[in-house]
Amino acid sequence: MVRVDATNNGNALIQVRNLTKTYERAGERIDVLTGLNLDIEQGEFVAFMGPSGSGKTTLLNLLGGIDLPTSGSIRVDGDEITSMTGGKLTAWRARHVGFIFQLYNLIPVLTAYQNVELPLLLTRLSKAKRRAHIEAALTLVGLGDRMQHYPRQLSGGQEQRVAIARAIVSDPTFLLCDEPTGDLDRHSANEILDLLERLVREHHKTILMVTHDPVAAERADSVLHLDKGVLVESRN
Amino acid sequence: MRYLTLIRVNLRRKKMRTLLTISSFAVALFLFGLLVTIHTAFYQGVEVAGVDRVVVRNHISLIMPLPISYKERLLQIDGVTHVTYASWFGGVYQDERNFFPQFAIDVETYREMFPEYVIDDRQWKDFVADREGCFVGRAIADKFGFKVGDRIPFRGTIFQGTWEFNVRGIFDADSQTADTNQFWFQYKYLEERSQFEKGLVGWYYARIGDPDRAAEITKAIDTRFANSPFETTSETEKAFAAGFVKQFGNIKLIILSVGGVVFFTLLLITGSNMSMSIRERTNEIAVLKTIGFSNGSILLLVLGESLAYALTGGLIGILLCKLFTLGGDPTGGMLPLFYLAVDAMIAGVLAAVLVGLGAGLIPAILAMRLKIVNAMRRV
Repeated sequence: MVRVDATNNGNALIQVRNLTKTYERAGERIDVLTGLNLDIEQGEFVAFMGPSGSGKTTLLNLLGGIDLPTSGSIRVDGDEITSMTGGKLTAWRARHVGFIFQLYNLIPVLTAYQNVELPLLLTRLSKAKRRAHIEAALTLVGLGDRMQHYPRQLSGGQEQRVAIARAIVSDPTFLLCDEPTGDLDRHSANEILDLLERLVREHHKTILMVTHDPVAAERADSVLHLDKGVLVESRN
Repeated sequence: MRYLTLIRVNLRRKKMRTLLTISSFAVALFLFGLLVTIHTAFYQGVEVAGVDRVVVRNHISLIMPLPISYKERLLQIDGVTHVTYASWFGGVYQDERNFFPQFAIDVETYREMFPEYVIDDRQWKDFVADREGCFVGRAIADKFGFKVGDRIPFRGTIFQGTWEFNVRGIFDADSQTADTNQFWFQYKYLEERSQFEKGLVGWYYARIGDPDRAAEITKAIDTRFANSPFETTSETEKAFAAGFVKQFGNIKLIILSVGGVVFFTLLLITGSNMSMSIRERTNEIAVLKTIGFSNGSILLLVLGESLAYALTGGLIGILLCKLFTLGGDPTGGMLPLFYLAVDAMIAGVLAAVLVGLGAGLIPAILAMRLKIVNAMRRV
């Protein structure tokens, strides 16, 4: 169960304590996150909502290890990631986090197969094993017959499914989704949400999703609101 | 090896830009190969000149003769172990464009002076026995299709009239660096038919027993003939060849300057292309870093791309140049040793690789230092 009051007994997959992120712009101090606490257990599907500039994406970046907090700690599956830097943090990210972006961010000159292969190039897997993983991931997202297609030959919904396959192919500890349906029509958005739900229900993945869309948030187990740098639980 | 696919697809991303960048390398390396070939053609004589051979010529000018009697007097000088002589003939075979040097030589001593030439004993014997015989270098024989037994007519320019020679042999060289673009015939034949060359030769070669004594021996030679009607200038064959090349100007400086400008321009062109290419892919690089590609991997990817341009273009350029030089001397005889050596080809490709790495380094470092959050905010 998601908690935002720092009272979890310590068995949460993701533990955030007193997380603060402050930016300096033109000599002005901007507090994006202020003393945020959060506990997320394995296999949960959590949605973050909030107005623009509330710090949702910043929180996602911090949880994914692509940005560093001003203070506070983030512990994922026992690893304190705020004390990691450089190559160690990069390696941790490769092993534990799958990213899904609003604009899919596929490499346009690579086929679906090659895009999904990217995270596996960082592992020691043989070519044959990589192939098995890629085929499984693309089949899971329903694109087993589109492996050799380039992104330009796919619809928006299909592109996002390739992005999801890329995110799950290396079996990361959790997935971070930044507005995964923000660029899709309702039908395609529902397909993506169905897929994310399946990953949680059938494959016990942990998903943290930032969204503006209440319909998307409805699919999550918990919805947390961020406002003025503070996290408020709105549904659990 | 795992990143080769990424490098390959990136090269195919903007085909025209890739083609032009590779072409820049190809043209530059072709030019580099050509410059090295010309440099070699000019300086090979200097490089391979025998360290134990001294050239003795008339002090006034190379075209002024020396008495044939100097042969014995040279042999009397301490340190000189062997002496031979030759004269410039300057005949025209069919057309003036068919230039190649022809020397009237002393058949009794010349062969021993130049052991770098591979000569068949029987052919040499036939040559010595035939006053009108000649010995032809392999390069000339191949170029004009001369065979043993052919009779070759020349139009004399210094020595007037028509001169005919019987090809008695063809000589090769023990290495690619020795010049087989030469034609030898008997000095006795020249002396016999010439009205004004009797008792005179063009220049002497003297072998010295100890190359370390070259300065001392050349001084002794010139002193020996000082204040005579035929004063001499003696120098090692290497110094003589270097002096000959100097007449054309500072070839080395010209070649280095042109080569330097070409490679510097190439560095700027490729560097600019790589920067443009990386700037266009800021988002993709950020995605790769997000997925877990390390800074080192990003650096390698960009450098690998730049290297791929350099290697592909460099190899194409240098191989085209090799093909060009296989056609032989394009000047019709001015550059007889016209070839591109393998070590020069390797040096050219290495230079291209260095330029490729240099051009890719700054874009690679910028890509490596790219902050994911900033890059993502931009897109």
